[in-house]
Amino acid sequence: MNSVERTDVLVVGTGFGGAIAAYHLAAGGARVVMLERGPWLTAADYDHDFKLGSSYTRLFDFTVGDGMSVLGGNCVGGGSVVYFAAMPRAPRFVFERRGSVNRRMWPSSITRDTLDPWYDRVAESIAITRQGWDDVSYSGGLWAAACRHAGRTANPVPAAVDTAACTNCNWMMAGCRFDAKQSLLLNYLPAALAHGAAIRPLHEVQSIARNPDGGYRVHYQLVDAEDYRITAGEGSIDAEVVVLAAGAAATPVILQRSAAALGPMPHAVGRYFSGNGERLNTAVLNEERVREVLGLELDPAAFQIGKGPTVANWDRLDGSLPEYTRFSLEQLYFPPGLGTILALTGGQDPRWFGLEKKELLSHWQKWLIIFQMIEDDNEGVFGPPPARGNADRVSQQMLGLGTLSYKPTLNTQAAWAMADAECKDILERDGLATVTPWTNDLVGAYTVHPLASCRIGDDPRTSALDDRHELRGHPGIFVTDGSAVPAALTVNPAMTISALAERAVPAIVRAARERGVDVRYGAPAPDGSTAGRRGTAPLVPALGG
Amino acid sequence: MSAQLSADHETRVTTLEAFADTIIPGARRSDQDRAVAGASPTGGAVAAGAMELIHWDATGISQSLDGYARALNEHAREFAQQHGLDLDGDVPPFVALGFEQRTDLVRVLTAPGHPDKALWVLLSLFCYMAYDSAAHTGTAAALAAGHPGLTSMRLAAPGADGLWRFPSWSYGRQLADLHPGTTDTGSPA
Ligand SMILES: Cc1cc2nc3c(=O)[nH]c(=O)nc-3n(C[C@H](O)[C@H](O)[C@H](O)COP(=O)(O)OP(=O)(O)OC[C@H]3O[C@@H](n4cnc5c(N)ncnc54)[C@H](O)[C@@H]3O)c2cc1C
Repeated sequence: MNSVERTDVLVVGTGFGGAIAAYHLAAGGARVVMLERGPWLTAADYDHDFKLGSSYTRLFDFTVGDGMSVLGGNCVGGGSVVYFAAMPRAPRFVFERRGSVNRRMWPSSITRDTLDPWYDRVAESIAITRQGWDDVSYSGGLWAAACRHAGRTANPVPAAVDTAACTNCNWMMAGCRFDAKQSLLLNYLPAALAHGAAIRPLHEVQSIARNPDGGYRVHYQLVDAEDYRITAGEGSIDAEVVVLAAGAAATPVILQRSAAALGPMPHAVGRYFSGNGERLNTAVLNEERVREVLGLELDPAAFQIGKGPTVANWDRLDGSLPEYTRFSLEQLYFPPGLGTILALTGGQDPRWFGLEKKELLSHWQKWLIIFQMIEDDNEGVFGPPPARGNADRVSQQMLGLGTLSYKPTLNTQAAWAMADAECKDILERDGLATVTPWTNDLVGAYTVHPLASCRIGDDPRTSALDDRHELRGHPGIFVTDGSAVPAALTVNPAMTISALAERAVPAIVRAARERGVDVRYGAPAPDGSTAGRRGTAPLVPALGG
Repeated sequence: MSAQLSADHETRVTTLEAFADTIIPGARRSDQDRAVAGASPTGGAVAAGAMELIHWDATGISQSLDGYARALNEHAREFAQQHGLDLDGDVPPFVALGFEQRTDLVRVLTAPGHPDKALWVLLSLFCYMAYDSAAHTGTAAALAAGHPGLTSMRLAAPGADGLWRFPSWSYGRQLADLHPGTTDTGSPA
C-alpha cells in the first residue's frame, strides 16, 4: 500500500539552478517535479508596498547567521524575482583563482573560454540588454561621472531588463509589476511547464533518503501560504535523479540533514561558503559640489530611483593584480526596510542609531550606495541543521536564524579595506560626498550572493561535487545552484550560476538515462532559438551528453 | 484589567517606547511624556508606529516584549548603580535614564560580544522598519497620513493607481569612458 508519488527527476528550488535544469530535462522527455518552499506570485501580485505580508516580504528569506546574514529569494523563480538583474560574465582571472590553499579552485575543465558558450546559451534564453547610457539611472550616471572625474572608467552593466517596458518604479526588489525584469517566470519556467514539468509552491524539502532500488525519496513539508512559520502536512516523492537547487544558503543544509539517511557527506558540504565578497558603502552626496565639480543636478524627485545597479567600475578587475586585491564597485539602489539600519554616520564616533543617524536618514535621497565585490576567503561554515528548512523562523515571513558562521580572515578584511578606500578616493574627491562603509558589527557581513557551500572542483577534499555537479559518493544527486560555484566572482553571480547550470545538464541527462529514464539532451532555448545550442554542441560529448 | 496588570502594561509600553526612541529619537508627545525623551524636534520611531509593529505577531517578537522590557529595566538598574545615578522611582528604570544614558546603555547591549546582542538588534530592526518603511501599514496610506519617517526621507508619493513610476530618471548621456577590456556582450573580459 505504498502510495508515494513517483517522478523521474525531482528538482528542489525554482531559482536559476533549478529552473534551467528542469526546463532541459522536461524538454528532453523526463517527468519533472519542482518543489519550491515559497509562494507562486506573478506580476499582478507584486505590490508597491513595504507592509509585512506584501510581496516585498513574502518573496524574501533573510537568514541571520553568526558573522554573515544572507538575503535570498523565497518564491517560484527564486532570486530572479527579486534580483536587480545585473548579468555580467565573470572576468577571465576568476577561473584561475588559487585562494589560500594555493591550488586552482575551479575544475581544470572550466575556464572563461570553455564557459563562454554556456554563457551564450543563457544570454539567448534570458533576454539580456547591453545597456547604453540612456538606460543608466541618475545614480548610475552620477557614479560614472565621479569615476571619470577620478580618472577611472565606468561601464553600464548588462542587465536582464526590457528597458522599453521599465517604468523606473523603484520597487525592483518587490517583484517586477511591469514584467520588465526578465525573471525566470518569463523564460525557463514557462517553457518547463509547457513540456509538462510540475511546479509545487509552498513545499519545503527537508531531507533525502535512498531507496533500495538506488533511487531517492525526497521528504517535504507543506508551508502555510501566509505564515511561513506554520507547516500543514508533509509528503514524499520518489525520483531516479534529484537536482538540488535550493540556493547556497539552503542546499548544504538539506544535505547535512540527509546524511543520517544517505550516509556520510563529502567534507566540503556546508563548508567554504563565500558571500561573494560583498559589502556596501553609503555615500551622502553634496549637491552643490556635484553641481560644481561634475556639472550634474540631483533631481530630488527621482534620485531615489534606480533600476538596481546600472553602472560599475571595473578598473580593478585586472588579472595581473594579486589575488585579494581585485574587486568591482557597482552603484546600487537599496530600498529602506532591510538595510538602512546598517548605514553608519561618519566622523569620529560612527553610529548606526540615534540622533545623527536620524539626520542621515533625512538625506536618504542623496545616498549613493556603492556595492563592492571583493575576493573573500570562502570562510563560511554551516553548523548542525535546524529543525526544518535552513533557519529557525522568527517572523511570519523573511526573518530566520540560521547556523552559518563566517569569520572574515585577514585576506578578506584587507580586501574590503582596499575597496572601501577606493570608494572614498573616488567619491570624496573634491568634496563630492562623504562615504562610510556599512557596519558588519550588527548582523555581520550581509550578502545577497551566497556561493560555494557545496562546490565543484577536482580535489575531493575541498569540493563536494565533481566537475559535472554530481555529489561525490551519491550518484544521481546533482547540485546546480550558487552553492556549486567554487569562489567569489568579483561580479554579480547569476549569469555564472546559470551558465554552470546549463553546462551541468548533459551529465544529469546521462545519469537519468542510466537510471532508465527516457530523456534526451538537446533542447533549444526556451523560445526555440538554436544558436546557443550550436555553440555548445562540440562541448557536450565531454560532459557525458 | 486589574490594577497590577495595567501597571505592568504601562511599564512595558513606556520602557519599549523609550528604547524605540533611543534608536530613532522623536519629539515629546506632551509635556508629561517621559518615555519619549524629546531629543529631536520631529517624530521618531514611536510616532512612526514602532509599538504597533512590535505588538503585531507577524514580527515574531510580540510574545517576547515582557521579557524585553524586564531585561531593559534590569540593565538600566545596573547601569545606574555602576554610574552612581539615583533613578526616579515614579517611572520604570530605563525610562528614568536620560537620553544620553539610554544611548550609552543601548550601545553596550548591541556591541559585538554582548551575549544578548542578537535580541537587541532584532528589536532595533523593527524600530527601524516602523520608521523607514512603515512596515505595519500600507506604504501609500502611511505617506498620505504624513508618516514621520517616510515624510522625512521624502519618499515620493505614488500615482493615482497606487503605483510608483518615474518618467524622469536618466542623465541620458555618456558620463565616463568604458573599460578598455569590455567585451561585445558588455561584460568584463
Ligand atoms: C535583492 C537581491 C538582488 C540581487 N541582484 C542580483 C543581480 O543584480 N545580479 C546577480 O547576478 N545576482 C543578484 N542577486 C543574487 C541572485 O539572485 C542569486 O545569486 C541567484 O538567485 C542564486 O540562484 P540559485 O539558483 O543559487 O538560488 P535561488 O535563486 O536563491 O533559488 C533557490 C530557491 O530554492 C528555494 N528553497 C530554499 N530552500 C528550499 C527547500 N528546503 N525546499 C524547497 N525550496 C527551497 C528558495 O525559496 C528559492 O526560490 C540578487 C539577490 C537579491 C536577494
